[in-house]
Amino acid sequence: MTRTLSCLARTLLLGAALAAGGAHAQASDDALYQQLGAQPGLVKLMDDFMLRLLADPRMNPFFKDVDQAHVKAQLVAQFCQVSGGPCRLKGPDMKTAHAGMDINKNNFNALVEVLQQSMDAQGIPFTVQNRLLAKLAPMHRDIVNTP
Amino acid sequence: MPLHRLALACALPLAVAAWPAAAQSSTHGGKLLLTGGVSSIDGAAGGGLTPWALTGGYGTAGEFGGSAFATRVKTRDYGLNDYGAAIAWGDRIELSLAHQDFDTGPVGGALAGALGNPAFNDLRLKQDIVGLKLRVAGDAVLDSDTWMPQLAVGLQYKKAHSGPLADVLAAFGAKDSGTDVYVSATKLFLAQGILVNATLRATKANQNGLLGFGATGHDGYRLQPEFSLAYLFSRTVAAGIEYRSKPDNLRDNTALGAGALDEDDWADLFVAWAPCKNFSLTAAYVDLGKIVPGVVTRRQTGAYLSAQIAF
Repeated sequence: MTRTLSCLARTLLLGAALAAGGAHAQASDDALYQQLGAQPGLVKLMDDFMLRLLADPRMNPFFKDVDQAHVKAQLVAQFCQVSGGPCRLKGPDMKTAHAGMDINKNNFNALVEVLQQSMDAQGIPFTVQNRLLAKLAPMHRDIVNTP
Repeated sequence: MPLHRLALACALPLAVAAWPAAAQSSTHGGKLLLTGGVSSIDGAAGGGLTPWALTGGYGTAGEFGGSAFATRVKTRDYGLNDYGAAIAWGDRIELSLAHQDFDTGPVGGALAGALGNPAFNDLRLKQDIVGLKLRVAGDAVLDSDTWMPQLAVGLQYKKAHSGPLADVLAAFGAKDSGTDVYVSATKLFLAQGILVNATLRATKANQNGLLGFGATGHDGYRLQPEFSLAYLFSRTVAAGIEYRSKPDNLRDNTALGAGALDEDDWADLFVAWAPCKNFSLTAAYVDLGKIVPGVVTRRQTGAYLSAQIAF
């Protein structure tokens, strides 16, 4: 039992160390941006994503009346920026940009699900998807404004 | 499994879950796949052996979520049938129920012989568990830029139905009911696809309560850590390990010989598969250590299989 416990402790420490390394070792490189296919990849992803958002009954109400070309361009710039690419998102911050809509966590997660489908369709590997989602998920604090 | 059968497995629970869904807004079931965990043997959402800070089912703010499960554990000499359900409100509070039915294998016959009482043949130990869990802080999934885990506190009231063994357990100083209190911290390191859970449980339970609660000379609460570590292989498949430490309240009992009722910690190696939000299967290799080593000396390793429906 002591053996099992010490083996488990080592495995847990390894997991924590991997997680810690991952959390801090991605400051200033564009590896994620490249894995997403750089600018052409992101444009393709957003073209597909917008179609899926409009087709999804949960998301359609949020996107059917927006300037879709503008939103796609904003999303390309944002994803480029958070993935380490050479872009800066211009425009209002996330909180202001979403202030005109009632968005709950349910809506936020639904958008994540559609994005996952879209990334699947683009052949983006699961591990790459998760690294991107880890950059985007904390935005729930600014985007979710309705309990 | 043929694809059309799989589709049925995903569609049937959906039909069952349709009535609460219909009472909700059209945006029901807002949690991401597998982020309600699976059903632990005690009924709470978690891993297989230990509760996590996640609430069961797929409801977010303002929604009900829920799950029901059936679990079968078969070790070299013992078996456990286990079923139950959990319902959660607003990803905040969870109520769970579980019923456990433990087949004591060769122990019943050994007791029947030793005590000259055939009532012990095929002895089964049963237990009902009512659990309550409250998420107090954090979001295990979305707070991926901080170390802050999701935190929950919980309690599990357990009532053992020991049949002919009840008088024996009472003589050993074990009560027939008890309440575990626990705190759980769950964190998904999203970028790495690694989920970590740590639970600290205060308990008096002997073999999770199947052998009663407390014992002569060891009647206090013990603090027992439990750990889970899982890796996400895809959105639908996670695998990992669990470890659950346990008290050893009956270690001084010599009625069946010195060390006859010593209790070991539990561990498992699991894989969970959720083809859709309404259905998941969990399979595991479990090591429950020695159970009543005075009668059965070999370690109780074996298989664990659990099916869950959820909404």
